[in-house]
Formats: sequence, C-alpha cells, structure tokens
Amino acid sequence: MSPDKDLHDQMIHFDPYGKKLGMWLFLFTEFLLFGGLFVVYAVYRSMNPEGFHLGSAELDLTVGAINTVFLLTSSLTVALSITALQKGNSKLAINLIMITILFAFAFMFNKYYEWTMKFEHGLFPGMGHFNELPVGEKQFFNLYFMMTGLHALHVIIGAILLLVVAWGIKKGTINQKRYIYLENGGLYWHLVDVIWIYLFPLFYLII
Amino acid sequence: MSWLVTEDHKRIALMYFYAISGFFIVAFCLGLLMRLELIAPGRQLLDPQIYNQVFTLHGVIMIFLFIIPGIPAVFGNFSLPMLIGAPDVAFPKLNLLSWYLYVLGGLLALSTLLFGEGPADTGWTFYAPYSVKTGTNVSIAVLAAFILGFSSILTGLNFLVTMHRMRAPGMTWFKMPLFPWALYATSWIQVLATPVVGITLMMIIAERTLGIGLFDPALGGDPVLYQHLFWIYSHPAVYIMVLPAMGIVSEIIPVFVKKSIFGYKVIVYSSLAIAFIGYFVWGHHMYTSGMSGEARIIFSILTFLVSIPSAIKVFNWVSTLYKGSIDVKPPFLYALAFIFQFTIGGLTGLVVGALAADIHVHDTYFVVGHFHYVMFGGTGFAFLGAIHFWYSKIWGRNYNIKWANIGFAILFIGFNLVYFPMLVLGMMGMPRRYYDYLPEFTLSNQVSTVGSWIMAIGLFIVIVNLIAGRKGPKASSNPWGSVTLDWTHTESPPSLYNFKEIPTVTRGPYDYRDYEDYIKENHKN
Repeated sequence: MSPDKDLHDQMIHFDPYGKKLGMWLFLFTEFLLFGGLFVVYAVYRSMNPEGFHLGSAELDLTVGAINTVFLLTSSLTVALSITALQKGNSKLAINLIMITILFAFAFMFNKYYEWTMKFEHGLFPGMGHFNELPVGEKQFFNLYFMMTGLHALHVIIGAILLLVVAWGIKKGTINQKRYIYLENGGLYWHLVDVIWIYLFPLFYLII
Repeated sequence: MSWLVTEDHKRIALMYFYAISGFFIVAFCLGLLMRLELIAPGRQLLDPQIYNQVFTLHGVIMIFLFIIPGIPAVFGNFSLPMLIGAPDVAFPKLNLLSWYLYVLGGLLALSTLLFGEGPADTGWTFYAPYSVKTGTNVSIAVLAAFILGFSSILTGLNFLVTMHRMRAPGMTWFKMPLFPWALYATSWIQVLATPVVGITLMMIIAERTLGIGLFDPALGGDPVLYQHLFWIYSHPAVYIMVLPAMGIVSEIIPVFVKKSIFGYKVIVYSSLAIAFIGYFVWGHHMYTSGMSGEARIIFSILTFLVSIPSAIKVFNWVSTLYKGSIDVKPPFLYALAFIFQFTIGGLTGLVVGALAADIHVHDTYFVVGHFHYVMFGGTGFAFLGAIHFWYSKIWGRNYNIKWANIGFAILFIGFNLVYFPMLVLGMMGMPRRYYDYLPEFTLSNQVSTVGSWIMAIGLFIVIVNLIAGRKGPKASSNPWGSVTLDWTHTESPPSLYNFKEIPTVTRGPYDYRDYEDYIKENHKN
C-alpha cells in the first residue's frame, strides 16, 4: 500500500466542501424517506379526521414537550461543539458532544416510557381491543409507531455517529483544521431534530 | 484479495460488472423458462404458482440487480472519472460500500429460493394487499430491494459530488461529455426518488412483521396509496434505467462518425428535462386503479410531454450520422440497434400513455412488449454496446470483430422475434402474467419462443467472444480514435488514478477537427 500512498497524496486532495455536499445530498434522501410517511399521514388524516382527533387525545403532551426541549437543546450543544473545535478547544468540544448524547439518552428514555404506556393500554396493532377501534384511530397509531419508531432509530444512529466523532477528536484525527466530520455529524443531528419538530405538532399539538 | 478491499473506481466497476453479468444470466434463463412454458396453451412444465414466482424473480433481478445499477455502476464507475479528468470518484470507500450492499441485496434476493414457500409471487411491483397476505418470502425480497436502493443512492450521491468537485481544470459544465451529463441527471433521480420506495418497502415489511396496517384495507389501510407511493419512485426509476443508456449512445455515435454530435446542448437539456418531468408522470401506471378523470388527463398530458425530450435525442443522433464518415464497428451497431428499438419502445409507450388506448391494452402483452423494447432493446443493448466500446480500455486487448458482428446480428434478430409478437398479442387481448392462454394466441407465442432461442444463441456467441477476447491481440490505447479524455490521456488499461498528471481541457468533448493530430500529440506525452 505504501508506494501507492505517495501517488494517492499527489493525485487526490482532501476536499471538505465536497464532503459537506455529499452529506447534504444524503440529508435530502432522509427527508424524502420521511416524506413518504408524511404523505401517508396527510392522506389518512384527511380521510378520517375524527379518528386522528381521538388518537391525538391519547398522547401525553407533557412528555412530548419535554422531549422537544431535549432535542432542541441538544442541537444547540452540538453546534457549540463545532465552534469549540474550530477555536481549538477539543476538550470542550468532546464534553459538548457528550452532553448531546446524554440528551439523546434522555429522549429515548421518555420514548420508552411513552411506548410502554401505550402497550399497557393495548394501543398497539394486534394487542387488546386495538382492532375494535375506529379506523382513523387505528391509522393514527399505526403511523404514530411507524414514524416515531423510525425517528427513534435515527436518534440512535445519530448518537452513535457523534460518539464515533468524539472518539476521532480524542485521537486527534478530527481537529481544528479538519473538523468536517464533526460538522457532518452535527448536520445529521440537526436532521434528527428537524424531523422531530414536524412530528411533534402532527401527533401531539394538532387536535 | 486486494480486489475485495480496493478503492480504485476501475476495479470496483469490474467487480460490479462480474456480479451484474452473473445476475443477468440467471434472470435471462428464467425468461427462457417462461417462454418455454408459453410454447403451447395449457400447462407445459411450470405450475401456475411456480410461474408466478418465476416471473417475479425474473423482474426483481432484471430491474433491481441488472438494469438500475447496470450502466451507472459498471460504466459510470469505470469511465466517469476518466471522462471528466478525475483520478477517482469523490468517495472511494463509499463506492466500495455500495458494491458490498449490492452483493448483499443480490444474495438476499436469491436466498428467497432456498427456504419457506419460495420466492415472492407478487410481481416485481409488490402490490398491496396481496404482498401483505401471501405466504411467500416477500419480506426478504422487499428487504433486498431496500438494500439495493441504498446502494443505488450511494452511487448517485458519489457521482454528483464527483461531477461538482472533481472536473479537470478547463472542463466547464458544457465541456463535459454527454455520458457524464446523462449520469448527472440520473444521479439526481437516484438520490431524490429512491428514498420514497425505500420507505414504501419498509412499510410493507412493518405491515407483514409487526401487523402495522398501512395498506391492507382489513387493517384500516388504502391499497391505492401503496400504488401511488410505489410509482412515485418506480416511474422515475425507469429514467434511471434508460438515461445512462442514452448517454452511452451519445458517447459511441460521434466516435464512429468522426463528427461533433448534433445539438450537444439540446441533448444536455433534454436529459435534465426527462429527469425533471419524469417525476410527475407516475399516475400513468394507474389509469385503471380508480383515479379521478382530471388526474388521469393531467398525468396523460405530462406523459406525452416527457416523450418530447426523448424524441429530440433520437433526432439528434440521426442528424449526427448525416454526412459523417461512418465506420461500422460493433459498438456502433449496438448504438444503431438502440435507436431502432428504443424508438419502437418509445412510440408504443405513447399508446399506453393515451387514456383511451390504455384501457384496451392495460395489463396485456402489449405492455410487456413495450417495456422490453425500451429496457432490453434500449438499455440492454446499450450495456452490450458499452462493453464492446470500452473493452480494450478495460482489458487492454481486443475481441474478434467478425464474431462480435455475427453475435450482434443473431441477437438483434432474436430480440425482435421475441418481443414484436408480444405487441401483436397484446393488441389481440392476451393478458400478461398468466402461464396459460387461449388457442388463438398459439402461433405468435410460438414465434416468440423460437425467437427466445435465437436470442439465447446470439447472447451466447457475444459472451464467448468477449471472454475469448481476453486472450485476443493487444490493443492500442485509442483504437477507435476517440477524442474524449478516457481514450486520449490514459493507458489501456489505465494506471492507478488514471492520469500521469491531471489534464487541462481546452477542446469540446466531440471536437473532431484535426482529431488525428490531437490524438498523436497527446499520445506522445
């Protein structure tokens, strides 16, 4: 590999702008992934507004609001960590990432609590009297689990990505001059946040 | 071993080539099997259930494993960086990852053969609610399609960043050759449309495994919504399949005519127009699914609109031939066959795009004939044209031209014998996707089946000739006398990172004025 390495460095230049461009394109695909679910939500809500009303009333607004605060704050901490690294303070950057990941844990804990409550009330497909609910309410909970579940999966992926980035900062491969991987990790984390900002009103606020 | 961890775009392209060719041959044999079943009315050798599974597997492999990745992943990977004067793609590791995802998806798709009730029997479209209810391995097939979609997204993303960031100095957007332009339009579709089918397929999996009712009416879902979501991707995907093929034809024709392509910019814009309008025509797959009259009329108008840029390209290619010094070589023959067969496929597309005519031919063999003319007659032939075109660049040797011509001729005759009778059968009213038919359809079906044997012989000759070419005479670095960078500035086969130093571009991509001097001058360097 080593004789190739000189040639590699001579021919190929590190391109942070290109890496960011790639990340943005990937974020487009994520938006469209959720976009399909938003379409289904819009169609079924317009078909059965009553049932969606009933479903929405079952959700706990307080837990949802707390989770929104958690995610918004975590977006702030990840943005601060980028600034910290740009200024050369890699220790602070790592700490801020860790706080972000802590918020992710808190979010997931709340989610676990919320879902368990729903299971206890038999509000999951195939459980208890779920099949006897009105069509609209069934659709509401089908979409609720599908969309918040997929979002939760993204929270986990985002947290893992940030953990990898933090490891990179600790090792020094991601540093003041090469902070693009942290920036991309931050972009991904903002995506997780933005999706939630749409999910929160759709499920909890609109009644 | 070093191949399996390579980050070199040319090696990854070749690994794609071997994998894709393997899957193509499997699916081709499944096609032969179906034609054999249809040699006479009644059951010949396949049960109805097995016939359903065979055509589904044929479709899944051909669409997701051959036509969608075929040209971009093989020839895009191989030639795109060289055509724009780049040492590699923007994300070499991602490129390798997308190959592994491809292989994983392909093996998953084939694994459905091995256990349970066998491969899916839903057709490659996985229409709900049947896909939710059938006991066959739909979940695995759908998961395979999802993973392949991810692989396709990564390839598209990689190409977009490569073209934005890595063009050689002097290569402005409008000095970029037309195959890169076609890939540019294709990549946008891959990035923006594939996630929609990804989520749709995930919904099918969630419905089958967790009982989350999204499309099954019994669980509170709407099956027509599935069709909408599916075709929002799968119609643009048709352009993922054919746009790169059009790029190949645009690349081949000027080389064998030794003349600048007619209407370069118009071909560029028509690629972009096809990619753009292609998003808004999905409803034409659903004329009979129960949409409002207004929606159907709008989708029909848009469908007619998208045919205009395709027609522009055909006229441009034909105009390029005018007063050119034509050198009929195998790649050129494939390009001509593309124009002929794509035109038939395109014009029959207008028949199914028209509301009234579609009611008559919907779900008949006319549709089967139509899309095989576009997909196999168009993209499949362009794929073969591309391998004949870049053969000496890839392996540094040349195949036997006489046998390539003979193989081509038999394949061309066989192809038209298989699919033209299908257009007639469809007009007569023979429905698609049945293992059996009424006696009055016998003759045309037999012509088609005999044609499939001729086609198989042709393909066999082509493949053997290509394999034998690996031991053929050494080729020079630019045997066709092309003026694009992949031929003028690289060795055959090209070295690691392609160029000794990154070239500076001063000429247009198809500038054939004094091309012999230009080639000689660069060869010395």
